[in-house]
Amino acid sequence: MSRLIVVGISEYNTAKNGDVLVTYALGSCVGICLYDVKTKVAGLSHVMLPSSAGFNVTFEQEGKFADTAIKRLLQLMIKEGALQSRITAKIAGGAQMFAGLNNSSLSNIGQRNVAAVKAELMKLRIPIVAEDTGKDYGRTQYFYSEDGRMTIKSATKGEWHY
Amino acid sequence: MNLYDYSDLNEIQLDALREIGNIGSGNAATALSQMLDRPVNIAVPRVTVLDYQTVAERLGGPEELMIGLLLTISGDLTGMIMFLLQKEFANMVLSDLLGQECCFDVEDSMGCSAVMEVGNIMAASYVNAIASLTGLRIELSPPSFCMDMVGAILSVPTIYYANISDKIIYIEDEFNNNINHAASHVLLIPEVEALQKMMRSLGLG
Repeated sequence: MSRLIVVGISEYNTAKNGDVLVTYALGSCVGICLYDVKTKVAGLSHVMLPSSAGFNVTFEQEGKFADTAIKRLLQLMIKEGALQSRITAKIAGGAQMFAGLNNSSLSNIGQRNVAAVKAELMKLRIPIVAEDTGKDYGRTQYFYSEDGRMTIKSATKGEWHY
Repeated sequence: MNLYDYSDLNEIQLDALREIGNIGSGNAATALSQMLDRPVNIAVPRVTVLDYQTVAERLGGPEELMIGLLLTISGDLTGMIMFLLQKEFANMVLSDLLGQECCFDVEDSMGCSAVMEVGNIMAASYVNAIASLTGLRIELSPPSFCMDMVGAILSVPTIYYANISDKIIYIEDEFNNNINHAASHVLLIPEVEALQKMMRSLGLG
């Protein structure tokens, strides 16, 4: 039996041996799935904010930010036996939950999160092989260490696979 | 006392917030009753300071489908008010307004705008409670609507206030119109300076 490992907001974790990672109800947050196809080491990070710049970030808070969380997750996966040059990424989330908000810093936060995640992955030379981002609905993200499959579930639109 | 985070609130300050919650909920019930043209009763609201993850758990888990209404406040105080309503609440309101049993549907623009109007009136009830107690001038934006997983709805204020606090002021109301029960959940999310101002105006800062 594979285990289900829940990743909360601002958390990251790894899975292998067929275990499954899940993060519930991504709104404007972004879920980043990393996978090494050879060792089947999987990682999932649920980030809230684009950048830690300007924050006095403690170790516990590093999971909040795209720039710090992805690096930490990658280190953890390498410790579990993954090879950085083999790792690929699948990302989801970054929705705009409330349409027509006049507060601009609030209305495009999803977009900014997605952009920051992409920039960080590019910096680390990790290719994005699948993406389900933007739009206006929440997503629950499952990531299977067995084959690197990502499943997205929406409250109103059903579920689909990447 | 310096107030940097909601969890720095002391018992007396929390009591003041509870009182604001009480008055606001009372005003909201009155407004709702006028709008629906029938008595609306309300149980004594529960006011607590909680973190977001706990709010999501209390509401049935992050994947629970709920209606979210978000309003921003500006003027002397800045921040947000968010309403989380069960679909039953929308059904109750719509059935009363339209005089027939009905089921809320996101695709129905009239239903959505009716629910938004209710949110508007209720938010104004809370804002009036704060304004009349503190003597501060507060403006309210029109509501923005969303029906989705409660965790995803909550991500919006969570992100916006991530640099301040992972806690919010949570008011749980239970309305009934003698036939139906419906719960509404109000999240008051003043910015920290706004909270300081509120407390100072109340002589508790």
